[in-house]
Amino acid sequence: MPDITLKGKAIKLGDNISTDLITPGRFAHLRSNLLELAKHVLEDADPTFVSRVEAGDFLVAGKNFGLGSSREHAPVVIKMVGISAILAKSAARIFFRNAINQGMPVLLCDTDKISDGDKLEINLTDGIVTNLTSGAKLSFGKMPPLMSAILEEGGLIPYIQKHKDFVVESQIPSPSGKNVIARSECNEAISSPLKGED
Amino acid sequence: MGKTLAEKILTAKSKTDAKAGDIVIANVDLTFAQDTTGPLTVRQFKESGFRKIAEPQNVVIFLDHAAPSPARQLSNDHILLRRFAKETGCYIYEVGDGVCHQLIAERFAKPGDIIVGADSHTVTAGALGAFATGMGSSDVAVALALGKTWFRVPETFFINLKGMFPKGVYAKDLILYLIGQMGADGATYKALEFGGEALSHIAMSQRLTIANMAVEAGAKVGLFPGDGVTQGFLTAQGRSDSYRSLYPDADAHYERVISLNIAELEPMVSFPHTVDNVFPVSKAEGIKIQQVFIGTCTNGRLEDLAIAASILQGKRRFPDTRLLVAPASRQVLTQAIDNGYIRAMVEAGAIILPPGCAACLGLHQGVLGDGEVCLSTANRNFKGRMGNPEAMIYLASPATAAASAIRGEIADPREIM
Repeated sequence: MPDITLKGKAIKLGDNISTDLITPGRFAHLRSNLLELAKHVLEDADPTFVSRVEAGDFLVAGKNFGLGSSREHAPVVIKMVGISAILAKSAARIFFRNAINQGMPVLLCDTDKISDGDKLEINLTDGIVTNLTSGAKLSFGKMPPLMSAILEEGGLIPYIQKHKDFVVESQIPSPSGKNVIARSECNEAISSPLKGED
Repeated sequence: MGKTLAEKILTAKSKTDAKAGDIVIANVDLTFAQDTTGPLTVRQFKESGFRKIAEPQNVVIFLDHAAPSPARQLSNDHILLRRFAKETGCYIYEVGDGVCHQLIAERFAKPGDIIVGADSHTVTAGALGAFATGMGSSDVAVALALGKTWFRVPETFFINLKGMFPKGVYAKDLILYLIGQMGADGATYKALEFGGEALSHIAMSQRLTIANMAVEAGAKVGLFPGDGVTQGFLTAQGRSDSYRSLYPDADAHYERVISLNIAELEPMVSFPHTVDNVFPVSKAEGIKIQQVFIGTCTNGRLEDLAIAASILQGKRRFPDTRLLVAPASRQVLTQAIDNGYIRAMVEAGAIILPPGCAACLGLHQGVLGDGEVCLSTANRNFKGRMGNPEAMIYLASPATAAASAIRGEIADPREIM
């Protein structure tokens, strides 16, 4: 991944932010009108969220962010209002995959070390979050290479448009000059334990 | 080393030696979307430049979440999905046919299948031994086009069940208890695999309830073996050809083994606003309720309605407590009519809703008022789930729900049965 650094302020939420809090079912009739749906994002969790969020901000949450429904509208509208990355202690499986499919990084780290309003700098390449307000540095786990590749392309649809298929094996030149198929190292679980540190 | 059920299915479908932690590309046997996730799926499918579904005979659209539609926007979403089904040649189930997961159990799922759906409760089909998991619209759009998707092969927690259910205690109590013990993220990214000596006594309707809620512990799949119970169910559905026996290897590696004696369970209730906030019914007894909802992909099956009807027979709902019942499918509804369950419930004061998701997700048919409390047999009680963030939702079995409807407050079904 190219060296990518993101900067913005943290908007902090708690544990177990469900997709029903992000995009409530009562707005299901707006799911084909994403601009309208986005006006209500997270309003049941934090009524000030939409008025506070600025382009480039980070959504910082506790454990199990995005639990519940498979509705991909949840990461779609979080992205639409300007959030550039989600940081959480842990994320629910479907939401995690949906967010990456929308080109939205979800970084698993010890978010106790981030307060609402803190300025953060995130280096996606090194896997380091620097809390510019407190000085704390946090590291986040790596994703499987396929997910990194999807994120790098800006999401699953652009990825598939480019590659036409999933690519999990990489062609690398062998010493003999012939191409051999090398299995990607995929053993690093997306659920890798928190690696928070000061 | 031997393989878990998840590893076995993913090995067969990816044609690799799939082990926990691997990333595999696997062929998909059934891909589906429903009416609240389908429109985005269709748009992403088209945006990707895809025109044709790889295998339209393996693709289904379900109109079940807004059924019938309460708003013009949702009606227009239905038009979009009907048109897509016509254009691509995939199946579509109409408003009133039932909840996607119930129809998949009745008509499609079989042991060893891979099923992906744009709905988190796709895990329900794990009851039939299918590796079935929920995904978002992008993943499902790509699965439609390519007929395959990628998976990280999950590690497995083995749930070793023994004993028999005591009177008044059901699969819902079992899975609520487990989720309470594990936590709402206790099995994130993992497969739950159910086994043990109790399994031969756990009917398909109960297995479907258990598998359905695997996702509420964060799990990717909730798998049962393909066994005699599976064969009996498929035969009764006229699908005996779909049966094959499917068991994990005896020396499979499990990340964790959790043993549970069902005989020691009691009726359980999940308190607002997270599913893992679970306590024995005694802690909830006396909580006043304005609405009871019996139905959904968790507990809207014939056996669930039979239990509710047997408790409600000859009795009346509490005057201040509404009682909503939604059969999970048209087949369930017709059988419930034939068996007299519908009459018993209507005479007890129930409102029968059309087969579908009904009140579960807050977009119609039983939206709660400010400060109201609902006891539901659904799978989720998140804040705002039933259409109002100022309402409270408790989850329990159909027996607890029916008993509570009579009392107007949460009640222990064992006192009424």
